[in-house]
Amino acid sequence: MKRRNLLATAAMGLTLALGGGAFAQGLEKAKACFVYVGPIGDGGWTFQHHQGALAVQAAYGDKVEIAWQESVPEGADAERVLTQMALSGCNIIFTTSFGYMDATNAVAAKFPDVKFEHAAGFKRDHDNVSTYNARFYEGRAVQGTIAGMMTKSNKIGYIGSFPIPEVMNGINSYYLAAKKVNPDVQLSVVWAFTWFDPAKEADSAKALIDQGVDVIAAHTDSTAPLAELAKTPGLVGFGQASDMEAYKPSPRVSSIIDNWAPYYVERVGALLDGSYAQSDTWAGIAGGEVLIGDITEAVPAEVKAAAEKVRDEIAAGTLHPFTGPIKKQDGSDWLAEGQTAPDGDLLGMNFYVEGITGDIPQ
Amino acid sequence: MDFGGINPAVLIASLMVSAVPILLAALGELVVEKSGVLNLGVEGMMIMGAICGFMVAVNTGSPLLGFAGGALGGAGLSLIFALLTQLFLANQVATGLALTLFGLGLSSLMGQNYNGIKPPPTGTLPFGPLADIPFLGTVLFRHDWVVYASVALVALVWWVLKATRIGLVIRAVGESHEAAHALGYKVNRIRLACIAFGGAMAGLGGAYVALVRVPQWVDGITAGAGWIALAIVVFASWRPWRVLVGAYLFGGITVLQLNLQAAGSAIPVEYLSMAPYLITILVLVIMSAGRKGKASLAAPASLGQNFHASR
Repeated sequence: MKRRNLLATAAMGLTLALGGGAFAQGLEKAKACFVYVGPIGDGGWTFQHHQGALAVQAAYGDKVEIAWQESVPEGADAERVLTQMALSGCNIIFTTSFGYMDATNAVAAKFPDVKFEHAAGFKRDHDNVSTYNARFYEGRAVQGTIAGMMTKSNKIGYIGSFPIPEVMNGINSYYLAAKKVNPDVQLSVVWAFTWFDPAKEADSAKALIDQGVDVIAAHTDSTAPLAELAKTPGLVGFGQASDMEAYKPSPRVSSIIDNWAPYYVERVGALLDGSYAQSDTWAGIAGGEVLIGDITEAVPAEVKAAAEKVRDEIAAGTLHPFTGPIKKQDGSDWLAEGQTAPDGDLLGMNFYVEGITGDIPQ
Repeated sequence: MDFGGINPAVLIASLMVSAVPILLAALGELVVEKSGVLNLGVEGMMIMGAICGFMVAVNTGSPLLGFAGGALGGAGLSLIFALLTQLFLANQVATGLALTLFGLGLSSLMGQNYNGIKPPPTGTLPFGPLADIPFLGTVLFRHDWVVYASVALVALVWWVLKATRIGLVIRAVGESHEAAHALGYKVNRIRLACIAFGGAMAGLGGAYVALVRVPQWVDGITAGAGWIALAIVVFASWRPWRVLVGAYLFGGITVLQLNLQAAGSAIPVEYLSMAPYLITILVLVIMSAGRKGKASLAAPASLGQNFHASR
């Protein structure tokens, strides 16, 4: 008996060693798992992540198995879902919402052999946690340009989800770009405190419209703000996260499309061929992660030209949406003349720039 | 006439619209609870109403048929609850919770091909010159028909429960099913009818979300409105007109806090967001602390108890 146990243990050890060795050289077959904060049918954020997951499947066929879970609440539930996924044999897990940050790092500590990829976060407490994000604020500069030129009431609106750096970047970039083309522009920000609640998103849009706002950008996940805008002719909105082409040509005059597919394909590919390493990726229009959706004929040609110019200059690297001189809301200096915002400032942004009224809820 | 940059007429008009789904659902649940049944599946029935209403409206092109479909969808789902609790005598709380989970999943499955489609619009009723009256015109005469129907339904439910024989029977069944049974009323059948009515009302509320308020279909579109409807019934201490007050209060605070933000007010959002719930707790404490104690809450005495005719 003893000998048999010994043999069994040895065999197990051998398998483990081989398994570990194989990991360093890549994998025969990988299981990629995705955690979504909303339903795939949201038509926005989660939908785009799922498109990326499907692209992974399409790129590697039999070599990759994909699995996903929708509508996972941020917080303790996320940790349970992640643990479950890690136990069920996932080799790489993509956690696709900012609020999964702590759960991702906590579970990563327990499963050092599983790779974790956290979207929009900044914590990489362990070697197996990578983060990735897109420079959405670059797209916001294009939208702000359109907003500043299209508004008739000089009141533009922004539906914020949560006051996190990514959203603050978006608000400030949108406002600065609008201000550049229209010095009289005023920005109203409404915080919905949700990523996905169509009724509340529609109500937020309605509240802004009631206040005389005629151009609205949303930083939430559903198409509800566009549906609300569509009720009144002449209002302008943008597709967020996904193209939202159902609302073309108006109110949706353009959009920011999150294009995660290249990143997902690259990372899973790296895992398969063994070149995978911890990373922190933050690509924008130039890197193809942020696409600007078709600008429709509902905007005049010169507006379209101006917006496309902003897009192309950002892509070429000649224009940075945050170029000084820029002051903070309280009047203190942020960027000096000609200085562009360092990434560190953007990743920790917790202030409005000068000219935006209202307080940021804490 | 503006307060802090907010036009009160516009505010009242939008709160009336945003309160419609919770008002309809709460009104239905009120009748269900009056008959002594606690159906926690309001959220599930609402979302079934939303997807059924949406599918019918998109396929027929008629919002009116859509609302009918929504009511049928909600009622259909509630019949599962009725079957389980009235025939098989399953626990009402557990069955209601299961109904919500089931409804959320089923609606998501049914709605797979309906993402990103626009439903036929439900227009506002033409009141002609009435709509141009300052203040009153904006508040009262620029809505779609469902807003008026929801208020009319409050009056109808109030009248039926208070002044008709049917209402008396429903209340009798809810207060003491033994006594009602002894008088020869078919307790479970009456309850079944009330559950179906509650389901239809929740379905109407859900259809309103998907057809008018948002108007589109996305998974999980009702986003917890059913739970608020349940809270409103308790808040209203099972009285129809107080349901109206409660729904407008809950709907109004949501609209008000968004409007205050849009107008750049300095009141922190968090206080307004929690206000309706604080008020619910306060109302419950005050009512139950009164001299009459629990009786003044007016909860039906047989609420949540199953009935089996053993004699």
